[in-house]
Amino acid sequence: MYLTNEEELMLKGEQGAVVAKCMKLLVRLGDIYGADKMISISSSQASGVSYKSIGDPGLEFLNGFADEGAKVRVPTFLNPAGMDLENWKELGISETFAGKQMKIISAFRKMNVVTTCSCTPYLFGNLPRFGEHIAWSESSAVSFANSVIGARTNREGGPSALAAGITGRTANYGLHLEENRKPNLLINLKVELKTSSDFGALGYFIGKVVKNKIPYFSGINKCNTDNLKFLGAAMAASGAVALYHVENKTPEAKNYESLINRLEKVEYSAEDLKKSYEELTDSPEPDLIVIGCPHASISEIEILAEKLNNKKLEKEFWVCTSKSIKTWADRMGYTKIINDAGAKIVCDTCMVVSPLEETNYECIGTNSGKAAKYIPGFCKKKVFFGDLNILIEKGLRK
Amino acid sequence: MRAIKARGISEGIGKGEVIIIKEPFGFYGNIDPKTGIIIEKGNPLEGVCIKDKIFVFPNGKGSTVGSYVIYGLKKNGVAPSAIINLETETIVATGVILAEIPCVDKPEENLIETLKDGDVVEVDGNKGEIRIL
Repeated sequence: MYLTNEEELMLKGEQGAVVAKCMKLLVRLGDIYGADKMISISSSQASGVSYKSIGDPGLEFLNGFADEGAKVRVPTFLNPAGMDLENWKELGISETFAGKQMKIISAFRKMNVVTTCSCTPYLFGNLPRFGEHIAWSESSAVSFANSVIGARTNREGGPSALAAGITGRTANYGLHLEENRKPNLLINLKVELKTSSDFGALGYFIGKVVKNKIPYFSGINKCNTDNLKFLGAAMAASGAVALYHVENKTPEAKNYESLINRLEKVEYSAEDLKKSYEELTDSPEPDLIVIGCPHASISEIEILAEKLNNKKLEKEFWVCTSKSIKTWADRMGYTKIINDAGAKIVCDTCMVVSPLEETNYECIGTNSGKAAKYIPGFCKKKVFFGDLNILIEKGLRK
Repeated sequence: MRAIKARGISEGIGKGEVIIIKEPFGFYGNIDPKTGIIIEKGNPLEGVCIKDKIFVFPNGKGSTVGSYVIYGLKKNGVAPSAIINLETETIVATGVILAEIPCVDKPEENLIETLKDGDVVEVDGNKGEIRIL
């Protein structure tokens, strides 16, 4: 692989042992994937933050790295942690778990990683430009950055994203290369999608079919940014889709208009949509409702506040989001309306990476295709999958 | 002594007795990072310690937390002295490079078949070579 003079020096240890180790890791991973050179990145986003996911081995690794003096040199944001960093007690998190989780966060802070703890960094301060190379690891954020923004990233592992943040480099392979960003499957929609959960259902269904291919969607006539966030997240959970294109909606789609008629086609009908909802549902009776996977945007919270205004929920109801968005919700008065209705806004974490399996809830209601796909395995709970209105309706009933 | 060419994944030289697993191995949940003992139910090597061994398996699998487990083995002083894979994927590559455990892959011959438990070999991650002693 070709390395610049500076990269050679980094590899040789001129900038310290930690930088050398990170460079070694990235160069070797590049070799494994046939990269020709290293490229500079403008930002990084590291997964592997929840104590539930990385355990003591991860904590020890991060502490070791921080003690060796590792510092990131490009803006590096964190994925959700296993709990709300401030209000963990009221979520039933144990002292032991909280103690370990805070040590993980401290290690990241020591390395100058911004301890945002969110899967939607693009909503507040880590927004790449079109065509920019980045090294992100959260699968839904990777999908959003590649597809909706047109930035370029592979799905990095936790350590490789951190190494990329520390060196400011990643290896040039995969989705960093134009030729690997072409769609190779056409999805023709024969049904009009109306809600974010419809987009999550579509994503779940298509992710299973395409695995790690690059789908091109035709027939999505109306969508907003939140809808696309749900679509990408679900596809990255049921498959390994890191990039998709939507005709007339995402920035790179027009480059491939001449190509799409030659692609293998899949149709998605009203019947398929119905089937997707059924497949994601184990039980019709949730006792905990959680929305905000990926983390809720301020618009989603505004809509929820409108719907919950002067209502009283009978069931436990959580909204997961980042601390930043929560601050805006506080200021707008949405938090008060939501709390008055009996729901909680939970920051820094989500239903997938928090230790929900340690709680007594039996069935989780959600509007997220990604969460619905992961909860049975990661949290050992049943799922009810439905759109926000149905979730609220169920939440209002005893 | 017989030398077999391979690809260097992680630098350093490690020597020891060979232990072989013929199936892909996931480090997370299947080995105790404190003791280096394999705890995977049904694994033919369940209960065996990999400390100071030359650990031979085709490739890694499973959770990416496996990289951290490999690092933990080294930190706890119970790491293998080297790893040989048929093809190292990113979980193992990330782990051995961060932990500085010598590792090679793509040996010229299928060592999973030609080596046997207890053979003494030296793994040279710098040159990309395995020396059967």
